[in-house]
Amino acid sequence: MKRIFATLALIAAAGPALACETVTVGPLEVSQAWSRASIGTARPGVVYLTIRNSGTADDALMSITTPAADMPMLHQTVMTDGVASMPHAMEVPVPAEGQVALEPGGYHAMLMELTQVLEEGETFPVTLTFRDAGKVTIPVTIQNIGASEPTCPSPDE
Amino acid sequence: MKPPTLMRVGVVAVAAVLFMLVLGWWQTRDGDRQAAGILPLPINQMSFALTDQSGDTVQPKDWLGRPTMVFFGFTWCPDICPTTLSDISIWLEEIGPEADRMNTVLISVDPGRDTPEILGDYLSNFDPRIIGLTGPLPQIEQAVDGFRASFRKVPQDDGDYTMDHTAGVFLFDADGRFVSIIDYHEDYRYAVPKIRRALE
Ligand SMILES: [Cu+2]
Repeated sequence: MKRIFATLALIAAAGPALACETVTVGPLEVSQAWSRASIGTARPGVVYLTIRNSGTADDALMSITTPAADMPMLHQTVMTDGVASMPHAMEVPVPAEGQVALEPGGYHAMLMELTQVLEEGETFPVTLTFRDAGKVTIPVTIQNIGASEPTCPSPDE
Repeated sequence: MKPPTLMRVGVVAVAAVLFMLVLGWWQTRDGDRQAAGILPLPINQMSFALTDQSGDTVQPKDWLGRPTMVFFGFTWCPDICPTTLSDISIWLEEIGPEADRMNTVLISVDPGRDTPEILGDYLSNFDPRIIGLTGPLPQIEQAVDGFRASFRKVPQDDGDYTMDHTAGVFLFDADGRFVSIIDYHEDYRYAVPKIRRALE
């Protein structure tokens, strides 16, 4: 088992943009950043990820930027009487000693006006701005167009 | 001691009456819901004509004789539509060849962008048994109405728009009677038996 981890660590250290990277900023840890392959650039893309807060104070994700889209936005899919809508989220709360996931059917970063085709297997960087912890950049793994969960394991698995 | 027979009979009678009442309430509730426009119509009372990704016209009567699974979406939808499509692909795979005799249909609520070709291109990434329908807006509206579903165009900051729409998956038996709804992202363990029930 140890050897597998050592090998994985080697593989992970090899590329400049590492798939399945975990990044930290202050007490926050961001992991499992993934997206879906796009058909062309006309349709909006999406980014999902997990944020953990080991600190004792609440924080919040305020905005995102990425070279992959001219108009990235935070959204939240909500169900009202069975009807799905996705209003703009002013912020995504990151509770103290807790975590929040951007995941299908909930909070997501929506990439409007893609600047590039999102090709399965590639990565692109996304910079997250938190209210208190500041900014951090994470590579996003582009998965299959039909993916519904991250292929990257949770950091403590 | 002698058992209080009369009381026992009484208890049974009361229970029977309660049971009938509950049963009646259930039945009227379903009937009321249908009348109030909450439950989908049976397929043989629906009416619309839409076009599938190979250019063929599809009407509700074409679905009769086979169980039917219908959901609404659009291909510019980044979050829940690909999730629903991949859920459905997983369910169909789990059910296997048995699901071949089911109509599995995505009705686009965005006919302005989803042409039959675009739908076909998009759906080629998912289970090949999924049929995509689109057509003139009034026909889409009529279809959505039959399912007692809803959709709405929502402008976005960049001048584009997105669509709010009913997210559940509707199941009908081979006679076109409504069986149940699978809610958005409902657990696999509940979704697959619901589909099997429609297949019975
Ligand atoms: Cu969105």
